[in-house]
Amino acid sequence: MSDSPDGVRSYTIRLELVDRPGELLRALAPIADNGGNLLSIFHERGNVTPRGQIPVEVDLEATPEQFDAIVDGLREAEITVIQAGAERYSEEVTVILVGHLVDTDLSNTLSTIQGSTGASVQALSLSAPEGTEAESSARLGLATHSGETDTVLADIREIAAEKGLRVIEPLTGGDAE
Amino acid sequence: MRLAIVGAGAVGTAVAELAGEYGHTVTGLADSSSGVADGDGVDVGATLERKRSEGTVGADAPGDVLQGPYDVLVEATPTTLGDAEPGFGHVRTALERDRHAVLANKGPVAERYGDVRALERESAGDVLFEATVGGAIPVLSTIADVGADNVSAVRGVLNGTANFVLSRMAAEGLSYEHVLAEAQDLGVAEADPSFDVEGTDAALKCVIVANVLAEDDGEFTLADAEVSGIRELPASALDLATEAGQTIRLIGEVSGGDVRVGPRLVPEHGTLAVGGTRNIVQLETAHAGRLNISGRGAGGPETASAVLADVGRLSE
Repeated sequence: MSDSPDGVRSYTIRLELVDRPGELLRALAPIADNGGNLLSIFHERGNVTPRGQIPVEVDLEATPEQFDAIVDGLREAEITVIQAGAERYSEEVTVILVGHLVDTDLSNTLSTIQGSTGASVQALSLSAPEGTEAESSARLGLATHSGETDTVLADIREIAAEKGLRVIEPLTGGDAE
Repeated sequence: MRLAIVGAGAVGTAVAELAGEYGHTVTGLADSSSGVADGDGVDVGATLERKRSEGTVGADAPGDVLQGPYDVLVEATPTTLGDAEPGFGHVRTALERDRHAVLANKGPVAERYGDVRALERESAGDVLFEATVGGAIPVLSTIADVGADNVSAVRGVLNGTANFVLSRMAAEGLSYEHVLAEAQDLGVAEADPSFDVEGTDAALKCVIVANVLAEDDGEFTLADAEVSGIRELPASALDLATEAGQTIRLIGEVSGGDVRVGPRLVPEHGTLAVGGTRNIVQLETAHAGRLNISGRGAGGPETASAVLADVGRLSE
């Protein structure tokens, strides 16, 4: 499970394949076709499912867009996808903090956000044009678990309130997408 | 329809001036200390001239106008919080006389919505208040047409002053204080801009929308809204937003029984990032998808057009 700046992430896909020659190769084609980078294949030949199919676990790297295309491609090829999108972080969210960021220990603020919200701080830009004595602003790029953005934002509001900081949140829903 | 107008500010006088064009007769006009009432019709031009030169609209008392001849009371006195007086009392008087009331004043429907609706139920008169939300933009009548049950969320830019400040700061890289002073020179911001820049005005509008969406199932007041404003927002915050392809707008949001107003990040060239004093309202609907309505959220004639649209609905 890794995250890199160009948006490529690690994913695990669990498949069930029909026990016939060429089926594994057929299952891997959508991954290559859509630009995914195959990391490993765990082919449990000896472990047939009650439906007589063979479970396969595939680890790969791809961008979220590529990953979606890969899953679509597998389904189009009528390959059974048991589990997909086990990526740790799937939503990216930007917030701006405003206030006495330096005086209130910015690195502590960031580690509190990371520690208590489960979000990962992926990028930080600080702008303090009037020096660290005045109010400054910081833009945080956060990666959050799927569906947890609203909870993460609520937690950040609380953390910021304790330090007297203002939070400028993204408008989730609405034309923000 | 015969209109009695209470409140002789920008909106009240614009309603008086435009009423004839819409086929209505002004039979009463009052400011805070004086009034004129005439069942045959008030001479609007002469009355407004008297207001300009002498500071009064007539020899009568404001109370005489409330008790005078009219079909619709237009309540256009300044918005007040808490008990929403004197606006609330004016609405009560009209309804108790079985007259209609059309509000431009947000106070009664933001702070005492339940009381207003209770008075309306006992009255042969109706209450409409399109002008209280989004000025010229038909927000409430759109909600009525779509059906409140079919509207899952309403969000948007509902304060022109705050929007002017944020869009000028972003476009010119100017400080908050600089742009606010400029807005005050232009008449876009008042000498005391607290109501606008602290988010109160936008919050009142959102509370009114929440009341309309709740359809008598629960009542909202300003105390139910989570409000933060844009006062003294550093220019660096807007710079950082711009670098990420975003900008900051004071957004009001009504969704799932929550009312929130605060500065939010929106895409720099997105629908909600309107410029200048422009307002925009976005409705999420069950069957019609997303509706965006944009226009002038304040101004005398603009707001008066919403008041007169309500009067037109009452005539039907």
